[in-house]
Amino acid sequence: MTGYILKRLISAIPVLFGITVIVFLIMAMIPGDPATAILGSYATPENVEKLNRDLGLDQPLVARYFIWLGNMLQGDFGRSFALNRPVLDEVLDRFSATLILAGTSFVLCAVFGIAAGVVSAARQYGFADKAITFAVLLGISIPSFFLGMMMILIFAVNLKWLPVSGMYAIYGGGDLPDLFWHLLMPALALAVVATGVVARLSRSAMLEVLRQDFIRTARAKGVNERRVVWRHALKAAMVSIIPVLGIQAGFVLSGAVYIEMVFQWPGVGRMLVDAILKRDILLVQGGVVFVAACYVLFNIAVDVAQSLLDPRIKT
Amino acid sequence: MKQGMLNWTRRGVLAAGVAMTMALGATMPAGAQTPPGVLIVGQIAEPKALDPAAVTAVNDFRILMNVYDGLVRYKSGTLEVEPALAESWEISEDGSVYTFKLREGVTFHDGSDFNAEAVKFNFDRMLNEDHPFHDTGPFPLAFFFSAVESTEVVDDYTVKFTLNGPYAPFLSNLAYPTGLIVSPAAVEQHGADFGRNPSGTGPFKFAEWRSNEAVVVEKNADYWDGAPSLEAVVFRPITDANTRTAEMLAGGIDVMVEVPPVALSEFQGDTFEVLEQAGPHVWFLILNAKEGPFADKKVRQAANYAINKSALVDNVLEGTADVAAGPTPPAFAWAYNESLEPYPYDPDKAKALLAEAGAEGAELTFYVTEGGSGMLDPIAMGTAIQADLEAVGFDVKIETYEWNTFLGQVNPGLEGKADMAEMAWMTNDPDTLPYLALRTDAWPDKGGFNSGYYSNPEVDTLLEEARVATDQDKRAELYKQMQTIVQDDAPWVFVANWKQNAVMSDRVEGFTLEPSFFLLLDDVVKN
Repeated sequence: MTGYILKRLISAIPVLFGITVIVFLIMAMIPGDPATAILGSYATPENVEKLNRDLGLDQPLVARYFIWLGNMLQGDFGRSFALNRPVLDEVLDRFSATLILAGTSFVLCAVFGIAAGVVSAARQYGFADKAITFAVLLGISIPSFFLGMMMILIFAVNLKWLPVSGMYAIYGGGDLPDLFWHLLMPALALAVVATGVVARLSRSAMLEVLRQDFIRTARAKGVNERRVVWRHALKAAMVSIIPVLGIQAGFVLSGAVYIEMVFQWPGVGRMLVDAILKRDILLVQGGVVFVAACYVLFNIAVDVAQSLLDPRIKT
Repeated sequence: MKQGMLNWTRRGVLAAGVAMTMALGATMPAGAQTPPGVLIVGQIAEPKALDPAAVTAVNDFRILMNVYDGLVRYKSGTLEVEPALAESWEISEDGSVYTFKLREGVTFHDGSDFNAEAVKFNFDRMLNEDHPFHDTGPFPLAFFFSAVESTEVVDDYTVKFTLNGPYAPFLSNLAYPTGLIVSPAAVEQHGADFGRNPSGTGPFKFAEWRSNEAVVVEKNADYWDGAPSLEAVVFRPITDANTRTAEMLAGGIDVMVEVPPVALSEFQGDTFEVLEQAGPHVWFLILNAKEGPFADKKVRQAANYAINKSALVDNVLEGTADVAAGPTPPAFAWAYNESLEPYPYDPDKAKALLAEAGAEGAELTFYVTEGGSGMLDPIAMGTAIQADLEAVGFDVKIETYEWNTFLGQVNPGLEGKADMAEMAWMTNDPDTLPYLALRTDAWPDKGGFNSGYYSNPEVDTLLEEARVATDQDKRAELYKQMQTIVQDDAPWVFVANWKQNAVMSDRVEGFTLEPSFFLLLDDVVKN
């Protein structure tokens, strides 16, 4: 197993290297430069040139890439132009906020999605199945940002039950319950679509397993139906559910961008959007590389989990 | 047994849920009530830094103006300069030497003294590349003071600026945030991180900056101009306009700036008050006077007659702007030519002018931006303008660009690319915009913003004279003449002067908006 993990980690290196090249080239190709963004209306060609020189952007592209890569390999991601702060500090701060949001949503979508899928499959064509299928279809069809705005309107503006936006109360607060109340709406809004997808695929995975011989054998042996479904069948179905969860983890991570915008969650998605608009090159590059690295690692973890669960998958 | 286990689970889940709700319910914020004495301001973005020399955005200025003072400031409700950290000043005969007498006994928030050395440090840091702390930049707006040749300490409380020639806007540039005075001791201590550890002399001192959540400033009890009544101000960045509106409605913020026009109707009623203030802003269309149909003055005038500006400000902008008459916004009351009337909406006259010029059916390329500082609602406005122009016989093709790309297209000049482009400016002196965007010497190849290549020697002379005249009445006269000529020459279509707006809750008193678009909170009370 250690060998397998090591092999996967080594194979991730060219992927990450490719990402650095792509994100660097994209930032170099998009029109508009940081100096123009900073100076706004005052961006005369002369001022732009001087400021770009101050920011170190007058060097040739290849040189800039290798300086950036070299610094990054030594742990120096550079300094954000727009926030006047080390890129790594900002990315770590913001990424932890995203992890809290996306992590909560992921747990919600895994728990409720799998549960709904299992119930649906166990009661195929029954009332519960139909109700769940309908709810899932509805959930998949609602864009998360729209749902988020509606939730704000209902629960924060009209009912005043929950705070509108942010991660902590602006004055006082900062403790766990405070975080919980701020997290509730964004995490739910973000989880809805993913929950639907997980539920659908769990249902079909379960249906397939429930038709198999060992289930019939278990039933014939007189095993309690609940135990058949939740222990025997679900365990077998997990092999095909886990890759779906892996994909959904990526989905909630990227979907967090919209939710972070709507709920002003101080996460990495909102950071990247702002940074792109401000042409904050180093922050975009550093942020993308960091998120990509996390995503690659997460995928490896999913594959490892799958191979642990199913000995047939070769390591 | 098995059934029992499941029951336990259900009951357990229920019990745990109830317990959790009760535990959290005890600490649940009751209707998001904000504490008295603490003003929470909904801003449009995270500030870049709290170093006045390093920032360019109005959003950042709103915080800075409460933490720092300049040598001079705008008199409340006007764009005229009055003493602040300088008690008085003298201007030499020829207008090129300014000597300031500084206020004594003022200290920075970090405890160090404000004196002539501190002033010299500030301007040298910005302007002198050899200064040990010049590397705490870049200082993008340092060119406001590019006329300064040297800053000298005459004695502890007297400082002398020598300019490279007479330069009348110098005083109002000093009142701009780029001229705010920072604590040299704090810069020396924090270096490049000064922007996150600011120290000034203003009514509020910096307390805390939680990235992407809030900047908190606290009352400076020793403020030389009288301590503010607020205990603290919290600036929250809420970039999404809908979320900002929702926070205001829910009571999570006390003051909201830049209310989107469509959201204004939400704030009718007793619990909110909407404030409006015209400012030094002008929204216009740059016309390419060098080539194509707009090289003919008649066609440029036709465009001015063809566009229904009242409909734009009333319908598209929901009354958040006034129709502009000329290149200078009325907020510069002393320099504004009251006798100018906006071009009336007159499609027949526009058609007649086009026929006279033989330009019927002229094809136009129109640069429109998606957004940007001061651009209001550029896509909707661009589309309405296109429809108006097509109604009188132009054939208009819109090209839309994201703001930075747009600036990259427009600022180097429209030649060979487009016939017209949207633009908006907010400035601090009547000199700035015409000097940078209407003179012959301000064509893009000479480093200016005259992207439409307007050229009128008479206007050039008037602007040069106004810049060196030290007498304000004389300057006013020259600017008024300039406005009359420019309006007739129509190098731009003059569209709108934005009125800055804000909403405050009924718990806030004494809050006003300034024509400078700054946010000054030292007289605000919150119950």
